[in-house]
Amino acid sequence: MKRPNGDELQKPGYEIPDELKGSVVVTTLNRLYNWGRRNSVWPMMFGLACCAIEMIATAASRYDLARFGMEVMRPSPRQSDVMIVSGTVTKRMAPLIVRLYNQMPMPKYVIAMGACASGGGPFKEGYNVVSGVDKLIPVDVYIPGCPPTPEALLFGLMKLQQKIEKQSFKEVYTKPDYIPEPVLGPDLMDPRDYPKIREYTQKKLQELQEQAAQAAQG
Amino acid sequence: MAQPAVAAPDLTARFPDLVTPDTRKGYSGYIVKPEGLLEFARALRDEYGYDYLSSLTGVDYLPEGQMEVVYHAYKITGGPPLVFKVQVPREDPVVPSVTSIWPGANFQEREAWDLLGIRFEGHPNLKRILLWEGFWGHPLRKDWREPYYEGEHKPFKNRTAGPHFWHEDHTPFGKNVDYPPGFDPYAWDPETADEVLYQSVIQRTRKPRQEELHSEQVVVNLGPQHPSTHGVFRMIATLDGETVVALEPVMGYLHRNHEKIGERNTWIMNIPYTDRLDYITAMSNNFGYVLAVEKLMGLEPPERAQYLRVIMAELTRVMNHLWAIGFLLNDLGAFFTPALYALEERELILDVFEAASGSRMMNNYMRFGGVVRDIPEDAWDMLVKLVTDRLPRKIDELDRFLTHNELVRSRCMGVGVLTPEQAIAFSTAGPVLRASGVPYDVRRAEPYGIYDRFDFDVAVRYHGDVYDRYLIRLDEARQSLRILQQAIRDIPERGAPLLAGKPQYQVRVPAGEAYGRVEGPKGELGFYVVSTGKTNPWRYHVRAPSFINLTALEAMSIGNKVADLVIILGSIDIVLGEVDR
Repeated sequence: MKRPNGDELQKPGYEIPDELKGSVVVTTLNRLYNWGRRNSVWPMMFGLACCAIEMIATAASRYDLARFGMEVMRPSPRQSDVMIVSGTVTKRMAPLIVRLYNQMPMPKYVIAMGACASGGGPFKEGYNVVSGVDKLIPVDVYIPGCPPTPEALLFGLMKLQQKIEKQSFKEVYTKPDYIPEPVLGPDLMDPRDYPKIREYTQKKLQELQEQAAQAAQG
Repeated sequence: MAQPAVAAPDLTARFPDLVTPDTRKGYSGYIVKPEGLLEFARALRDEYGYDYLSSLTGVDYLPEGQMEVVYHAYKITGGPPLVFKVQVPREDPVVPSVTSIWPGANFQEREAWDLLGIRFEGHPNLKRILLWEGFWGHPLRKDWREPYYEGEHKPFKNRTAGPHFWHEDHTPFGKNVDYPPGFDPYAWDPETADEVLYQSVIQRTRKPRQEELHSEQVVVNLGPQHPSTHGVFRMIATLDGETVVALEPVMGYLHRNHEKIGERNTWIMNIPYTDRLDYITAMSNNFGYVLAVEKLMGLEPPERAQYLRVIMAELTRVMNHLWAIGFLLNDLGAFFTPALYALEERELILDVFEAASGSRMMNNYMRFGGVVRDIPEDAWDMLVKLVTDRLPRKIDELDRFLTHNELVRSRCMGVGVLTPEQAIAFSTAGPVLRASGVPYDVRRAEPYGIYDRFDFDVAVRYHGDVYDRYLIRLDEARQSLRILQQAIRDIPERGAPLLAGKPQYQVRVPAGEAYGRVEGPKGELGFYVVSTGKTNPWRYHVRAPSFINLTALEAMSIGNKVADLVIILGSIDIVLGEVDR
């Protein structure tokens, strides 16, 4: 089946006769449904670092997130639609972020707010820092800035609304992809990488042994 | 009024076998033999009155093959520090723990163990604090390299000359990870690592079951994703019914390797990083860091810059205390309405910051020997109106709305009490210390910058409960406004120089050590820096007030109800960027 693109979903496909204009509205179910969906995106109340402060400032009186229907910050992932990853994702926090993401119901969205969440930011080289939350979970909107100003966050949220508007509501309620939680070992480990990790560490061990053997001979 | 400089006691005469003066160039203080550390420390506290251990940290002197633990002890009555060090070999660094003398050393020793691998003998609970059990290596050691290792010093070559590359391409996993040789992931049981944490908490805290009552204690985990923990903070509390009998904070969920990155940066590159320590009070963090480095460089900022620094630092304090009060009320259940009042004023202060520095939160405003630029004239007018008219009114308004509110009083009074003796012993600082009846303020005890010129009172309250920690923030905000009003009156005319010397990208810092501390809004913020005369610091340590104030959290919480845990934590006013660094 050909997947309709976002614009087609918005158009009912036929014209209203002239005599009915002004008294009848014709729209698509998709458009009506998404109109409701995009104007009540509930973010998860979840702050990681500096960007969370700007997120709070966005929710406060000057910028007023309520204008977009997003002021209902939910403390539980099971009630939220969008996860605003506001700050540096550390390795220690990574399993928990994935767990929270897995607990969110479909359709779910992720916003990477700020440089750290988008790609590691100024702390990228750090040993405890995950270079971007998209290494773990899929991201819908990236917002640059360190931290992004409230205006930038609002712009990002409006971009998300535009994205929601273009989606077909028949397709968004799919079974969610379960992302295996990373494991904290000697370093952060993705269970999907286990064979690769073993191969790598065995090779490293072999090299060390060869070096030791050479040193013993020489 | 400045304290008269008291001559440091002659400790070498008292302990001729144990103590030698530190004679390295640029260093000061004493070197103590590890076997005599406890005797020496006890004498310091009991006989010489150094009852406040401000900072404890380790330094890895790789070329000399030595680990050094550096202690900064103060008298709670004011005055300069007494610095002493313990040197141990790098292979097996073991130092006696001073937690029995200064309980405030608890978390700091755990941090030194975690990041530098220095073992503290006699520590009651020596396990990793910022990283997790099972992490490979001790990252702040100079020979430990992270997976994205590129070079010892910044700026890295590929940033300027090329070839440019992605860090991800340089590791086999495309991620910031590395594993020890021979490690088998299939044999790794993730449960055990988590279990180590829980078991240590449970064993330490759980009391024997009371047979006749058939009651059992419950271990409750709060956080790290919890709306009341002010970020990613976790507490493990043991409850008897609803009463907290033991508690352990678990942190490190925002450990961003500030110190490791800081030791690779050039000196000036660290200024924007300090903004991100306590991200609500960026200006104040800048102040502490430039002060520490200026001590090494022997720079004195020009007059106008000194005043601008004080203005920015005090505005930050007002802003932070408004924020703290707003969010304390949030924790009490007054969800977001009081915080909105506080945030409204915060935005106005941020406007001034944005006009002066170009950024709302991450100001990066101060430089070694001054500040980077002047406040624009229209922002100055805004500032004057704010300080003389609006903020005093708004603080009075908060006071009127909240102080005598029946709910605030009944929830906060007598909750989370910290006695003055405990407050000093746990090395708490700032509002937490002063609300317990200890009038210790670095601005008075050891004035820095030009704070000795201003007329202000050190706010102090005597009950040490949550209510007093709320009141003291109002008091301090008012005192800050007093300082601000004087600073605005006395500041030299616009056009005066703002920077001592020329602005330079690569500063020369003479070899030596320095400890600069300021009275940040959260408490005493200290920076311990060691220079070898190179372009980047050899050691860069942050004495983070939020982190050390948490040492007292357990003492405050025991005996209170679990519902009050949240406001006790809120009254300490932690910021996770600073706790975990």
